[in-house]
Amino acid sequence: MELLRSLQITLAEEVLSISGLILLLVAAWAGDKAARLISILSVAVLTVCALIAAPALCGSAMGPAVTAFAGQYHADAFAAFAKLLIYAGAGVTLIVAPAFFERVRGMRAEFPLLVLFAALGMGIMVSAGDLLALYIGLELNSLASYVLASMLRSDERSAESGLKYFVLGSLASGILLYGVSLTYGFTGTTSFEGIRLALSHGLSTGATFGVVFVLAGLAFKISAAPFHMWTPDVYEGAPTPVTTFFATAPKVAALTLLMRVSLEAFGTQVHAWQQIVIFAALLSIVIGALGAIGQNNIKRLMAYSSINNVGFMLIGLACANQPGAAAMLVYLAIYVAMSVAGFVAVLMLKDADGEPVEAISDMAGLSKTRPGLAAALAAVMFSLAGIPPLFGFWGKFVVFQAAVQANLLALAAIGIAASVIGAFYYLKVVKVLYFDEATDKVTGKSELAHTVLLVVATLFISPLGYLLTNWLHVLAGNAAAALFHVA
Amino acid sequence: MIGIEHYVFVSAILFVLGVLGIFLNRKNVIILLMSIELILLSVNLNLVAFSVFLHDLVGQIFAMFVLTVAAGEAAIGLAILVIYFRGRGTIAVDDVNRMKG
Repeated sequence: MELLRSLQITLAEEVLSISGLILLLVAAWAGDKAARLISILSVAVLTVCALIAAPALCGSAMGPAVTAFAGQYHADAFAAFAKLLIYAGAGVTLIVAPAFFERVRGMRAEFPLLVLFAALGMGIMVSAGDLLALYIGLELNSLASYVLASMLRSDERSAESGLKYFVLGSLASGILLYGVSLTYGFTGTTSFEGIRLALSHGLSTGATFGVVFVLAGLAFKISAAPFHMWTPDVYEGAPTPVTTFFATAPKVAALTLLMRVSLEAFGTQVHAWQQIVIFAALLSIVIGALGAIGQNNIKRLMAYSSINNVGFMLIGLACANQPGAAAMLVYLAIYVAMSVAGFVAVLMLKDADGEPVEAISDMAGLSKTRPGLAAALAAVMFSLAGIPPLFGFWGKFVVFQAAVQANLLALAAIGIAASVIGAFYYLKVVKVLYFDEATDKVTGKSELAHTVLLVVATLFISPLGYLLTNWLHVLAGNAAAALFHVA
Repeated sequence: MIGIEHYVFVSAILFVLGVLGIFLNRKNVIILLMSIELILLSVNLNLVAFSVFLHDLVGQIFAMFVLTVAAGEAAIGLAILVIYFRGRGTIAVDDVNRMKG
């Protein structure tokens, strides 16, 4: 009965893994010709999984957590919130990928499958209730991601980004795992509840090392400074649809996992990790803002922007309370929309031969040749900078509000000051788009699917997004409450 | 008498060697893969030692999972290395620099 009940709770993961395996057989049978069909089916599978995961979000968030497999797996509103964002990110990747890869004859039937398996791993990550489930989910996601980064085998930059991602990602897994082994040794258990209980009696030196190593490993995965150095190279080198994926789904998974580990497992020793999170947040904001200045590749710029944004999200975590966690989730949802809009717009920047245009200087005067695209890109930049009428401002606002309420005034003040520095390079892109002499480089035609996605995502980050704030806050509040009901 | 602290100490040394191997090595990407394996093995040593010390089987089960994942990780790493070598004709760490900044 216990097994049946567990299987029932983990339904979304089962659907993903079984349909992934079936589609793998289809791919082996039909070859790369079926790549487009498999992509469409994969999007359908992700939609079904999202529908399965969604009810938990509105359900009994305050009740006891629903756990499966003896506490290894938690099905709560928090996991559901993260899963919806993850499936959305993976779905967008699958929709934009075929057009990009087919041009270079690089669309392989394995691509949608790897995205599916990565999404499966991320689903396990965000639902993990035990260090073992955490590790398995994290590795399933990482191993698929390494292959995705080097998907374009003919492109040297893609192979190099895969290699860099692999080496640094494995190092991060190793550091995380070393922390896990210390945590296990000094608390005597691997379950989050057990660790929480063991740490409530005090923190031994060994367990402190465990906490620090686990957080360092996770900081690698969310590309927070000082563990950010792989991000620009991987974002630049990976094929753009894969970069879209990296900027959305794995980021959501790793950030929510970090929240669950620090607030649930290490939740009784907040002072042990709060300083680390504050340090990482400030450093990420500053490095993200300074590193982006002088970049001429738009994907590299977006990479630094993602480091910068992770810093702002970590401010929410540093509050270590429920409003902080809810603010972080709101920011995360808005950030996913901004990333989708940004990278889909980058995908649509093509020259007459269909070659992607990535240099910012080649986009000069885009407002004259492609006014719609330029407007969308400008909206993304203003939104990332957090300029008020756009929805990106709301994310920053709720995070800073939570920080002020948690008495982290210095952190909020430095964060706001640094976001002004960040505005400099975002506005520089807008200046190039609107006021520079036109180069007429970007003349390629756009796919209908890309246009539709760009319009939807841009509408979400436009001032119209504020219509959704109530709804977003209820969902994020439910999710954050699920994280804190143990306390 | 060999106690738990000896095991933890050895595993800490192995871990540090592995991390240093990644950061100090300037020659060959294969050495990076070896260093990663060294880190994972130090973790396994830790897990098994703690498992015996605590009279708890979870650590040994965990070590089994780590071994399995490490095998998969090495396979993927070598595969990526092969594609990289095909494109560039070298696997020296100093040459992994098409992108910078």
